[in-house]
Amino acid sequence: MSNSEPDKATGLHSGDAKPGVAKVDPILKASNVTRKFGGLTAVNVEHVEIPRGAITALIGPNGAGKTTFFNLLTGFDSPDSGTMEFNGKSLSGMRSHQIAKLGQVRTFQLTKALSLLTVLENMKLGATDQAGEKILGSLIPQIWRKQEAEIEKRAGELLERFKLYEKRDDFAASLSGGQRKLLEMARALMTNPTLVMLDEPMAGVNPALTESLLEHVLDLKKEGMTVLFVEHDMHMVRHIADWVIVMAEGEIVAEGPPDQVMKEQAVIDAYLGSHQETDLGVVTGRIEVSDDGEDK
Amino acid sequence: MDWIQILSNTVESILSPVTFAFVLASLGLAMHFGFAGLLNFGIAGFMAIGAYGYAISVLRFDLPWWGGMLVSIVAAIAFAILLGAPTLRLRGDYLAIVTIAAAEIARLLFLTNTFDDFTGSASGLFGYHDSFRAANPIPEGTYGFGPFTYSETDWWVRIFGLAVLAVVIWLLWALSRSPWGRVIKGIREDEDAVRALGKNVFAYKMQALIIGGVFGAMGGVIYALPSAVNPTVYVTSLTFFIWTALLLGGAATVFGPVLGSIIFWVLQAFLTNVLPALAQEGGILESLTSQQASTLRFILVGIGLMLIVIYRPQGIAGDKRELTFVK
Repeated sequence: MSNSEPDKATGLHSGDAKPGVAKVDPILKASNVTRKFGGLTAVNVEHVEIPRGAITALIGPNGAGKTTFFNLLTGFDSPDSGTMEFNGKSLSGMRSHQIAKLGQVRTFQLTKALSLLTVLENMKLGATDQAGEKILGSLIPQIWRKQEAEIEKRAGELLERFKLYEKRDDFAASLSGGQRKLLEMARALMTNPTLVMLDEPMAGVNPALTESLLEHVLDLKKEGMTVLFVEHDMHMVRHIADWVIVMAEGEIVAEGPPDQVMKEQAVIDAYLGSHQETDLGVVTGRIEVSDDGEDK
Repeated sequence: MDWIQILSNTVESILSPVTFAFVLASLGLAMHFGFAGLLNFGIAGFMAIGAYGYAISVLRFDLPWWGGMLVSIVAAIAFAILLGAPTLRLRGDYLAIVTIAAAEIARLLFLTNTFDDFTGSASGLFGYHDSFRAANPIPEGTYGFGPFTYSETDWWVRIFGLAVLAVVIWLLWALSRSPWGRVIKGIREDEDAVRALGKNVFAYKMQALIIGGVFGAMGGVIYALPSAVNPTVYVTSLTFFIWTALLLGGAATVFGPVLGSIIFWVLQAFLTNVLPALAQEGGILESLTSQQASTLRFILVGIGLMLIVIYRPQGIAGDKRELTFVK
């Protein structure tokens, strides 16, 4: 991790930090959102607001409904009831690509690199409002060539930043798992989003790459974007999140700044477990670890 | 064995309107499957709509030949919309099932006695050539050399077919290298990822379905142009022959379907000529009648298709790098 702690945004909420607390400047609001799969209620969120210009983490045990809630917010699934608002605009009835056009871009838990497109093509696909993407315009290169060159330049800059520039002409299929995560994030940035939603950005990524991914996420905030991410890595959550929302069994059970939320008994019971600071070997009893850190 | 005759017949198939029709239809499939990832198993239906659209408009409604072709194109667009509207939102396999069923429905509607006044039911349609031949600028006579010696009418059909081919090849090439083509290929790889980037995936898939369908319909028109519309042609096996030609050449290429269709028909012509001759001469095929020997070619085509898919899934013209990453 970097030596200096990142600047945390504070004063995001008004009133007590409890589930559904109002934010000073919310970018995304959801009220009474439910989603049922047969008899199972996957998501039942009474009210939640995501603060603008901050990094918000959505945590919770497996099956808590985090990804389902993510899908509802991004239009990849539709809720059985409830309302959602992005930048004051209602999202009800909108399809995923329409929501994306509003400036809300997402990544996926299982990375979706477009395998048989080159890295550069993957990037260029992210750019919005391309004249050459219209069926008639595409036939006349004179219409889109200039814009294409601009897009390529911007894609090149982002690829430099994400250390993928050397790979630009390779098929995305030839990238490693971690590089695909980076590519997916870089491609999302090509849309010039205002809200970036990352579904488990650190899953399956080695510690060194985690560090650089963390820096990239913090950079997004510096550039004025809002970030909402789902993550199980508590170190990451503590390190970069300004605000934490905890879900369990489809509901929001706690909300607040990371250090406060993680002390709440409900969160420890539902998610972290009482041994969160202890070595896993001690928890399972398979390895003996002494208190002073020396193996016996 | 008369090798000169066999080779001459074989070479001649390169310039046959049926080969052109196959090239057009497989270019349509390349748009559907190779670029957009749409599993269309109803390309024969698009061809039938093209052929019948042309013949019915010329014969029954006295439209000029170009009017008939416009009707074919419009009918193919309507057919694509009808097919795509309920199915393109679903996963790819559903489209495959619906297209195969829709092509059969179209064929059976053309075959039924109920619409005999329009479709000619089982006897098909013929005698619609006057308008097209009247537009022939070539003076009467026989032209060409060797196996490529044709009358002015035959040349007119072939030149027209080549012109349509040129336009379609240019269209597919221009579309596939454009940003539009990039979106379409992205959808082939993972449509949710493309959707998350704010592209209207449904609209793109519909556009691809329509364009490929129109190519297929033009294939049907060229197929019917020199001869007649025969309902036994537009069966499911035609669809699979076109798939064979496409996969042989390379699905995600522009040049591949052209090459694949030509190789397919050159091989077909060669085997059609050589197998019965072998059966007559005795030897390994001694026990077969010449008809059985001729049918043997379909078995060989089947084996060929299997070998391609297993050992060269990207096709002859496909990108070798893509082979490494086949899922």
